[in-house]
Amino acid sequence: MNIPGNIITLIAGILLTLISLWYGQNHGLMPIEASQGAAEVDDLFNLMMTIATGLFLIVQGVLVYSIFKFRRQKGDKTDGPGIEGNVPLEIVWTAIPTVIVFILALYSFEVYNNLGGLDSETSRDFPQEEMQMAENQNQGKMVAFNPHQGHLSLGIGNANADIEVDVNGIQYAWIFTYPDSGVVSGELHVPINKQIKLNMKAGDVIHAFWVPQLRLKQDVLPGRESTFAFNANRIGDYPIICAELCGAYHGGMKTTLHVESEEDYQKWIQENTFASAQEKADTMAMMTQPMTKESRLEMHSHHLGVNSETLAQLHH
Amino acid sequence: MTTNIVSEKSQHKERKLRDYFTFNTDHKVIGIQYLVTSFLFYFIGGAFAEVVRTELATPDPDIVSPELYNQLFTLHGTIMIFLWIVPAGAAFANYLIPLMIGAEDMAFPRLNAVAFWLIPPGGVLLLSSFLVGAPQSGWTSYPPLSLMSGKWGEEIWIVSVLLLGTSSILGAINFATTILKMRIKDMDLHSMPLFCWAMLATSALILLSTPVLAGALILLSFDLIAGTSFFNPTGGGDPVVYQHLFWFYSHPAVYIMIMPFFGVISEVIPVHSRKPIFGYRAIAYSSLAISFLGLIVWAHHMFTSGTPGWLRMFFMATTMLIAVPTGIKVFSWCATLWGGKIELNSPMLFAMGFVSSFLIGGLTGVMVASVPFDIHVHDTYFIVGHFHYVLFGGSALALFSGFYHWFPKMTGKNYNEGLGQLHFILTFIGLNITFMPMHQLGLMGMNRRIALYDVQFQPLNLLSTAGAYVMAVSTLPFIINVIWSLTKGTQAERNPWRALTLEWQTASPPIIENFEEEPVLWSGPYDYGIDDEEQEEESVSDMLADVSAK
Ligand SMILES: [Cu+2]
Ligand SMILES: [Cu+2]
Repeated sequence: MNIPGNIITLIAGILLTLISLWYGQNHGLMPIEASQGAAEVDDLFNLMMTIATGLFLIVQGVLVYSIFKFRRQKGDKTDGPGIEGNVPLEIVWTAIPTVIVFILALYSFEVYNNLGGLDSETSRDFPQEEMQMAENQNQGKMVAFNPHQGHLSLGIGNANADIEVDVNGIQYAWIFTYPDSGVVSGELHVPINKQIKLNMKAGDVIHAFWVPQLRLKQDVLPGRESTFAFNANRIGDYPIICAELCGAYHGGMKTTLHVESEEDYQKWIQENTFASAQEKADTMAMMTQPMTKESRLEMHSHHLGVNSETLAQLHH
Repeated sequence: MTTNIVSEKSQHKERKLRDYFTFNTDHKVIGIQYLVTSFLFYFIGGAFAEVVRTELATPDPDIVSPELYNQLFTLHGTIMIFLWIVPAGAAFANYLIPLMIGAEDMAFPRLNAVAFWLIPPGGVLLLSSFLVGAPQSGWTSYPPLSLMSGKWGEEIWIVSVLLLGTSSILGAINFATTILKMRIKDMDLHSMPLFCWAMLATSALILLSTPVLAGALILLSFDLIAGTSFFNPTGGGDPVVYQHLFWFYSHPAVYIMIMPFFGVISEVIPVHSRKPIFGYRAIAYSSLAISFLGLIVWAHHMFTSGTPGWLRMFFMATTMLIAVPTGIKVFSWCATLWGGKIELNSPMLFAMGFVSSFLIGGLTGVMVASVPFDIHVHDTYFIVGHFHYVLFGGSALALFSGFYHWFPKMTGKNYNEGLGQLHFILTFIGLNITFMPMHQLGLMGMNRRIALYDVQFQPLNLLSTAGAYVMAVSTLPFIINVIWSLTKGTQAERNPWRALTLEWQTASPPIIENFEEEPVLWSGPYDYGIDDEEQEEESVSDMLADVSAK
């Protein structure tokens, strides 16, 4: 070999950096971004992908190189060099990962804060003023915590909302209630570029509300409320998926988020304001009656967008 | 010191086949009992996984009923964790610890046998739940779902896991005491094999965390049977508290499942690359660091559960920090290989395969520690891919590596090298085809624990299922190899690998008393390429002096 070793190392290092930088941006593994928050999460993921690709190539490179370069010759009974360690090297490979995770933790903190994860109400069990009030009323004694009171606001994001929607998760459907207009729906319609806040509760077991295109997910718990705030910036239909195992038909607990123009949204609200009164009564009536699995599934089939064929299969 | 125990060991001087079916107190018999039992359950748990993957070949739930599907993945997880990986780690620990430290048996031989004999009833009980309707709420068993989907199946699951957890605790007491108290005179903590360090760290973790799981399951059991409301929200209970208690054990459980196999890798790589382990103390202490950090990261499984923001940030930081001691290990193994004389036999192939695929599980592990990213991928196939790279790509490959490495010692027979290598190639290809596509599926929007999925995900699922079938086929050369070697294999030498740890100083298989006479510690466990006359610590201490001078 005529080329000096350190030049080969240099070229390998440059190549490795270029490949990592390229793959970190071009992995194409994420779905469409439907919000500013999703874009921020993706930037974070791309950085992690870049670092991971670099480390992946270094370690796999060492393994593959060793297989060819350091293979034992047949009949060679001697040992390799008796090297038991190298403190400077060990300090380096302790320090570099430490710095990397420090950066990732800070960056993640920042993204999480931007998503609204550290908004005051979401990070405390009680809003400050109400806590004060409760204390005054009881002459300094704390009131017993009542999970049904709805003080507890856990989840992500709590900024001033333009629109609030109540969400009820039950086996195996999502029900959305718009308190301002009284509209009840099995699908979620929201206008683009508006701050939306979902107040979520579960009726039976734990569910989780996930919209992959928003990169957001929040468990929906029975007996306490959790919130889910977002601001969609891209018109389109996106899946709403239940991500927490909730029973045999967990995989069927899906519906759609429609992000629409302001006009389309208003039109949809108007069309549904009258229809919803009747539907609400129906839903209530059915929910209070004991149901078989089939009838329950049948009832929600129009919410789920499940066709009769899938239903028939589910019944087996 | 250890003589008072010998009399209990066995009633006769010859090892008989029927000893393996009885309450025997010889650690070597118990080790084999653990190993064989765990592999029986590996095949059962594997068969369940194959049914699950077959179901997932198509988007519709068409092979098994949705209830049975949930039962199968629940039992797949429970079996692979509590009846395969954990007992397999205990198998190596039982067999190897006394031999490695020159002892005649474990500190508490009868307790040791009790620990083993809790496992078969626990396993059979778990499988019997199919008769009354097996549990269907996943191995995590979150209430309120677990309180609502089949009372008796769930109760059987609880009792079975309690039995297996008790077994694990008893084992840990034995491992820790034996390592600390029964080493031969010349062996201080820093000259014992790294597998012992790994088991010391693992035992500490088992003893600190498993009782919490037991507590959680007993309370869950009250909710289930007696109608109390510890976790049931309809009576004012809090299901999130269960999650905290459950993960307080079940995150450390990941390290309980992987650390013994870190130890195995630290034994295998130096022997087959003929070099000292690189950074003995760093590897030993990083096990302790992982043990400690492993206790304060549990809520990273609950980033979407409704935990307060500051709490999520704390658990993110501690979780990411685990990457540092884990990284130290991976880099040290690579540095051990570097410049060595590598023999690419079955143990070494599996060991290098371990480093390669565990690395992937480790890198995605740092990613999912990041709260904003985890909120997206939590409970998706990305997580399924991640932990299978850790537990199959990691623990299982290392388990096979150790299996081939110590097979001649344990059985006295040489295995067939060609079949061993075929086993590795099929396993390695199969696992990457099965688990790699799962990452993309999760990122794109496929949640886990579902039998019915969106049509757009079918191609990658089909690929994953094909990989699962390759993994099923990979067990054939393994089974054939074991049967062939036990019946037709040539007699193994005392020390076929020319290894330096003490277990290789005795016969293969070792005699009932382990050693003919007390073994002599004539070198460190990894002193390959080091002449007796040379100062072994020279390079390290010189460099330390260099660093402090600057
Ligand atoms: Cu659900
Ligand atoms: Cu964990």
